[in-house]
Amino acid sequence: MPVTSPHAEPTALQFQRRRVMALAARATLDELRGALAALEAPDAVDLRPIETGLVMLRGRTGGDGAPFNVGEATVTRATVRLPSGEVGFAYLLGRDAARARAAAILDAMAQRIGPKTIADGALAGVRDRLAAEDATAAARAAATKVDFFTMVRGED
Amino acid sequence: MRDTKMADLSTPTSILSPGLPEAVREAQSVFRSLMMALARPGTVRRIAVPVQSPGNLSPAATAIALALCDFETPIWLDEDLSSDEAILRYLRFHTGAPVTPDRGKAHFAFVSSGTQMIDFDAFSPGTLEYPDRSATLVVPVDELEEGRGWRLTGPGIASESRLLAGPLHPGFVTALAENRLLFPRGIDVVFVSGDRIAALPRTTAVEV
Repeated sequence: MPVTSPHAEPTALQFQRRRVMALAARATLDELRGALAALEAPDAVDLRPIETGLVMLRGRTGGDGAPFNVGEATVTRATVRLPSGEVGFAYLLGRDAARARAAAILDAMAQRIGPKTIADGALAGVRDRLAAEDATAAARAAATKVDFFTMVRGED
Repeated sequence: MRDTKMADLSTPTSILSPGLPEAVREAQSVFRSLMMALARPGTVRRIAVPVQSPGNLSPAATAIALALCDFETPIWLDEDLSSDEAILRYLRFHTGAPVTPDRGKAHFAFVSSGTQMIDFDAFSPGTLEYPDRSATLVVPVDELEEGRGWRLTGPGIASESRLLAGPLHPGFVTALAENRLLFPRGIDVVFVSGDRIAALPRTTAVEV
């Protein structure tokens, strides 16, 4: 397995796998279970018990400045293995062990049948719901938009 | 549509098996077995936790690694063990411990057999200020029995105890004797056989 820097540009495959996990992170338990049922996902083994803990979130001033610690967030992680050997990982915000486990199985399935198949197949409903919600939020914000323009003052 | 085969993601070359299902309780149980084995040299104890050991790492050796190794304890593996991808994957995933090729840096050393000559001097015996910074050597044996074999004396043993461990390289007992002279420095040896362990701390004198 080649070791790549976490800051390297993701490959197309990694990009798609991240998309699956980005969707899984915001999906409800019912949506995740529905996706697994649609994929006919097999029973998975827990490689380590599902755990809830804290992770330190880091930020950068202005998005690209000096890194600093924003604060800690509660996450629940699950690691599962499919009978065929794929290992799936999920770290989800919050304390919901069932959601973390379902997301981890989805990650393992993504490695088995391809992440794009899942992001645009079993998770298409989640993708569309999130896109609609984001569009609504953006539209609400856009309605309050004010255009400022200033006269050129000559000096400066 | 199927994506292309994921060579750059975690393609399983060997199937990873689960670690301890109840890590805290079971690691404590392994720790206690090991502590008692070191406190009473020559006694054989059973490690009573369910482990699915990878490759030809013994269940007891696996349990010791799961209970005691983490990111702060570099592990050294002999050529046999370190060439097994299943063992490397297992230790990396479940313990997070770095596997080092440098024996002198290792806190724990696992070998595949005691019949090869093990160079005790290559491992860290700790320092006079910090004798605890020494290596622990885990040696698998086929036979491990108390009550017969070597005569052991030293701290933790009322008069004498007997331990049979083998097969081992003929130079092993000499190496143990030289190791004892380094006290308070020196390495500690743990014998494992299946799910049983016995230990020879650096203080124990061994007579054949």
